[in-house]
Amino acid sequence: MSGNPERFSRLLIDLQDVWAGYEADTVLEQVTFKLYEGDFVGLIGPNGGGKTTLIKVILGLVEPSRGQVKVMGLPAKEGRRFIGYVPQILLDDKAFPISVWDVVSMGRLKSGFGNLKLSKTDKQAIAIALEQTGMEDFANRSINELSGGQRQRVYISRALATEPKILLLDEPTASVDPHATTQIYDLFSKLNQDISILLISHDMTAISTYVKTIGCINHRLVYHNEKALTPEMLAIGYECPIDLIAHGIPHRVLAEHDQEVGHVH
Amino acid sequence: MFTDWLTYDFMRNALMASLLVSVACGVIGTLVVLNRIVFISGGIAHAAYGGVGIAYYLGFDPMIGAIGFSVLSALGMGLAHRRQGQRSDTVIGVMWAIGMAIGIISLSLSPGYKADLMSYLFGSILAVSVVDLWLMALIVVMVVAFVALFYRKLLSLSFDETFSTVRNLAVTPLYLAMITLIGLTVVISMRVVGLIMVIALLTIPPAIANLFLKNMGKIMAAASAIAVVSSILGLMISYLLNLPSGAVIILLLGVFYLLAAMASAVKHQPAR
Repeated sequence: MSGNPERFSRLLIDLQDVWAGYEADTVLEQVTFKLYEGDFVGLIGPNGGGKTTLIKVILGLVEPSRGQVKVMGLPAKEGRRFIGYVPQILLDDKAFPISVWDVVSMGRLKSGFGNLKLSKTDKQAIAIALEQTGMEDFANRSINELSGGQRQRVYISRALATEPKILLLDEPTASVDPHATTQIYDLFSKLNQDISILLISHDMTAISTYVKTIGCINHRLVYHNEKALTPEMLAIGYECPIDLIAHGIPHRVLAEHDQEVGHVH
Repeated sequence: MFTDWLTYDFMRNALMASLLVSVACGVIGTLVVLNRIVFISGGIAHAAYGGVGIAYYLGFDPMIGAIGFSVLSALGMGLAHRRQGQRSDTVIGVMWAIGMAIGIISLSLSPGYKADLMSYLFGSILAVSVVDLWLMALIVVMVVAFVALFYRKLLSLSFDETFSTVRNLAVTPLYLAMITLIGLTVVISMRVVGLIMVIALLTIPPAIANLFLKNMGKIMAAASAIAVVSSILGLMISYLLNLPSGAVIILLLGVFYLLAAMASAVKHQPAR
């Protein structure tokens, strides 16, 4: 896992003193965050703590009221093309009539004209993206027939088909059963050999054992490129530690060891 | 007996109009259903009545007034929907009602006989002129060309707008072009079934197709075919029984939908 230390030098996402919100309501305060090449960062935070806003700021969907956002050294709206965005699965889009292959092929769309047909390169990239997540046998299935975990893999494949430098995942296990969750995090570890990952979730049960570094977001962000939660992280939002204790695993999250066994079934 | 009705010019025009409008509705209606903007298309149809009324009052072709109002209201409602999402339904409802009110008031201020007035509410397929047919043909060509050129982007936009935005796929221009074509399709559909029933002609055919098909392109083709069959069949029945054609077409579509929903339920039952 350690690899070449050079890999960790390149700055991919750079948030400098970012403030953002809606109308009078400031959701993000003073957020400074850097994602480097090779990182696998898990940010946890309570609902309403600004997770979605943080994602939107990184994707250039929300303009910060203060501060600066750079993705691959570019403004977010340009740099976002290097981000493979994996949205949270919403079960209400279940009825959409579309095959797995067609969903993943969206990752190959380019701006401008000339998207009439998939090129050979496009088809190869789609096939590879499906193989990477183990969904190659489902290519012709309708996404409505899939479980939450399988749908999540299809969305990850779509992001991979864009050949991203960064995977940005929003609540990747929200609609996924515990067994499939473990498998999906295994997949992230494997993908992390080539792609940097930023994962944002309120569910820290799985995050801590798989990610390389962890942070906490509750309006403010506490992130020091470290593996364990610090007391400072716990202090920024009282909901954070409550959530931790509710899951019954504070000792594990706070422990300094890195590779622990995940769930016990 | 089944062909003698074609000897009349107005019946041939009506048949041609049904075919053209059905194709436009099948294709555009699928986008309306998949993008969940049925309410907007209803709003456009009713707001267009304001254009009809003003055209009557000022003495120009009501179709031009309808096109102007429907395209403007389509853009207004579309932008409101994009800015505010689900919360835009109030604004859309207001524009819907204001358009209707403008239409009713300007029609009541217009002098003379207004027999035509009802035709915009309930359709007047037997009064379709050759000029109307050319307009319909032009709009069908625009609709089909637009969808053929941007099919994959439209699919992506309909399925996941945020992802499309992040991929810099020019989502806003594409959305505005789509909503403009919805407005134009609504106007020509008004001639066939009237503004009150436009929603049904736009949504029932794709809804039937969606029960059995899981591909947007196939749904568009099947919805067009379903609309063609129902409008021609409806036209014949209305001719034979001397009933209002628009209402007969919609009723047929409603019956087809019920039958299809039952067939689909039976088909899926063994799996449970």
